[in-house]
Amino acid sequence: MELLQLVIGGLANGCIYGLVALGFVMIYKASEGVNFAQGDMMMLGAFVALGFGNSDQMGLPFGLAVIAAMVLMFGVGWGVERIVVRRIFGQPQFALVILTIALGFVFRFIAGSIWGFTPLVLETPFAGQNLRGGGIVISLADLVTIGVTLALTIALWAFFAFTKVGLAAQAASQNQMAAYIVGVPVMRINSLIWGLSGAVATLAGVLYATRGAIDPNIGLLGIKAFAAAVIGGLGSLPGALVGGLIIGVVEPVAGRYAPGELAKMSPYIIMLIVLVTRPGGLFSQIQMKKV
Amino acid sequence: MSLLEVEDLAIHFGGVKAVDGVSFSVEKGEVFAIIGPNGAGKSTIFNLISRIYQSTLGRIQFDGQDITASRAHDIAGLGIARTFQNIELFDHSTVLDNLLMGRHTHRRTNFVQDILFLPKVRREERQHRRRVEQVIEFLELEAYRKKMIAGLPYGVRKVVEIGRALATGPKLILLDEPASGLSVEETRDVAFWIEDMRRDMGLTVLMVEHDMSLVNQVSDRVMAVANGRTLAMGTPAEVQAHPDVMAAYLGTGAAA
Amino acid sequence: MRVVFKTSYDRDIDLHEHGRSRARIAVLLAIMIVLPFLVGDYYLAEATNTLIWALAGMGLMVAVGHTGQVSLGHAAFLAIGAYADSALMNTGLPFLVSFPLAGLVTGLFGALIAVPAVRMSGIYLAIATLAVFVIVEELVIMLEPITGGVGGIMAPSISILGLTFDRYAALDHFYWLCLAVVALVTWGYANLMRSPTGRSFLAVRDSEVSARALGINVTRTRALAFGLSSGVTGLAGALMGHYIGFFNYELFSIFISINLLLVVTIGGLGFIQGAFLGAILITAVPQLIAILRDNLVAVGVDLSGVPGLDTMIFSLILICFIIYEPTGLYGRWLKIRTWFEVFPLARRDMFRRQKSYLKTERMK
Repeated sequence: MELLQLVIGGLANGCIYGLVALGFVMIYKASEGVNFAQGDMMMLGAFVALGFGNSDQMGLPFGLAVIAAMVLMFGVGWGVERIVVRRIFGQPQFALVILTIALGFVFRFIAGSIWGFTPLVLETPFAGQNLRGGGIVISLADLVTIGVTLALTIALWAFFAFTKVGLAAQAASQNQMAAYIVGVPVMRINSLIWGLSGAVATLAGVLYATRGAIDPNIGLLGIKAFAAAVIGGLGSLPGALVGGLIIGVVEPVAGRYAPGELAKMSPYIIMLIVLVTRPGGLFSQIQMKKV
Repeated sequence: MSLLEVEDLAIHFGGVKAVDGVSFSVEKGEVFAIIGPNGAGKSTIFNLISRIYQSTLGRIQFDGQDITASRAHDIAGLGIARTFQNIELFDHSTVLDNLLMGRHTHRRTNFVQDILFLPKVRREERQHRRRVEQVIEFLELEAYRKKMIAGLPYGVRKVVEIGRALATGPKLILLDEPASGLSVEETRDVAFWIEDMRRDMGLTVLMVEHDMSLVNQVSDRVMAVANGRTLAMGTPAEVQAHPDVMAAYLGTGAAA
Repeated sequence: MRVVFKTSYDRDIDLHEHGRSRARIAVLLAIMIVLPFLVGDYYLAEATNTLIWALAGMGLMVAVGHTGQVSLGHAAFLAIGAYADSALMNTGLPFLVSFPLAGLVTGLFGALIAVPAVRMSGIYLAIATLAVFVIVEELVIMLEPITGGVGGIMAPSISILGLTFDRYAALDHFYWLCLAVVALVTWGYANLMRSPTGRSFLAVRDSEVSARALGINVTRTRALAFGLSSGVTGLAGALMGHYIGFFNYELFSIFISINLLLVVTIGGLGFIQGAFLGAILITAVPQLIAILRDNLVAVGVDLSGVPGLDTMIFSLILICFIIYEPTGLYGRWLKIRTWFEVFPLARRDMFRRQKSYLKTERMK
């Protein structure tokens, strides 16, 4: 029973990792770049929602605050692509890695200067509400997290698999020049994807905030989400979710039955094992480069 | 015995049979050309010989040794050098360094000696440099010695890649479309060099080429492939007159 | 424009193409040697710190700049070097033995990691090193008997042949020790880059497939480069431990990894000199910020309450460099020098970057 309880909590946690991982995967799918600032975008999104929604700040209704935050963060993601990322178009992948790490620090600084470094709590309508049954307690926040994540994963997967824009984005990632020649607006699509990933990050941030207090350093969760994305295979949206769930569940279970340090290491150990045995991740798309 | 013997070579990517049972042998001192339409599997044959791809079936023998299961980085040491269709040079190094990298199989020092730069390293370096200078002279690359690859015109890069292959001191050189993208004059130079490689250096040349004038000019024997299979083999004239080859090139129905 | 007439291959093989650059290095080294007599303890300590960062930067440069292996986990190797050195000295070994051993241990650990990691390319390797970093950090906490756990340990005092090299008791000695290590490593590094080993690193960086076709064992080359890289970083870590004196796992945070990346990128990827320029920048900027802050307080603006300002400014510098000058400080210097050498013949588009397009590594 205790194990089941741990697993359910872990699943909800894993959903948040999965959501941040979705952001990584979206950008990877569209440009084969990796946005290391994704975790910090999640953090910023949560704070923006808090700024709109909390009664001592702007005091908008919760739903409206979340939507407003998502719109604003869409703008942030879009703007980052337009102003910064676009300029290093064509440079090696590694340039983007460093660039986004630096961007993460900038986001953290911005959030720190506005909201300070003391943890704050986002006011949500489902705070403290629990469902009980058969000796297990499930918080409403957990249920909402799981539900929203599932819906969003399916929606994003459908977006990439069926819509024109989604397909074009994938084409652009495989060969930018070819996509450009056949008339795919590579640049516009990249902006759009970065914007979308900002919105998804916000949602992840809000869900994270329903489960505890937030401070500007929660963006470091991005590293763990990154492990999730890699476990699933960087190019696969369902993979990201599965990776997130694996990490989310393993962590508390390891924490219960093994020393604390080992529990903290567990996501990375799993990731290394996956990388060594299946370098492209569980849902691999990577194959050899053609010569 | 032939220098290179390929028997029933095949590779399947999923359901696609990129190369499907090709056999040929290249004699020592011969210039052997492989022709065929795009996607016929020519470059794939090269990638199989240089062990970048793992063959599904068949056997490759070089100089009396079975190399079907050798590792890609052991091939150069046996005496097979190659160029690539889409030029794979080290873009951020100079022409000289690129050619010196071709001497890798001849290095006799380890990294500790290199770090300390013992006298032996210097002696070896001079030796490598002398060999590389011969290649530079042969291919008339003197003007570009200290130039970065990234800034060089396409034609020069193509030549540098041939130079790098020659710097390895090979017995067999694989040229993957040496004339593609070159001007008429540059192609003529390539033809002369191929002649010289064979005559003066005693090399064996295996090349993939589309330019039939070059093929006619330099090759002793030609193999035409299409859809991963051999269509015809023989002298350039014989192969070009072969009805299957004409059908494959002109696309007049299936090779009836 | 200077034209060098070459009369033997040795002119190209030598470290310096002409006497003037050799003289320049000699003068620089001489100034560095007499520095303790010229400046006070405060600046000497800063100079020592810069040397240690340059050493760590050179370590990372081998991996990132010369073999194209991005590592986000080099702070882990600093930590391993520092703890290994202290632990070995605590068993009674003299510094002259423990120090190279610490480098060797770190190097072997790095090479060991690199063997499975070489199958990964680019981004995946960066992530794997990040994971290794987190694991090492947790291991440091777990291995309390050696590392002092969360509490940390005191780095033993160094003495060689009866002479003390303690950072606090004899800062000038410690400075000279660091200078000697840095000079030796720089010399070895420069040698490496003009030899077959160095060329094989570059080959693996620029085109793996043709490196293979030339007979270069890519796996072994990468593991060797990564091992050397982590070994040198381990040496820097050992010195850093002695420099700080008392340290725990927090000294080697992920921010250190990032700062190291900053050192090599801003300094100039692929140039040994870049590691030094980057190290100077990263140790000087906090000082400049502090001075600026003091001056601002004088005019009534108090920035001391804003945490993370240093990191923020670093980040902005980094972003600007990646966008406007990806070749780093050293690359910029080369361009300026060329501009003067060919004056007044420099053309506007002489240094224009080539347009490039990202090609996929997927084959579908």
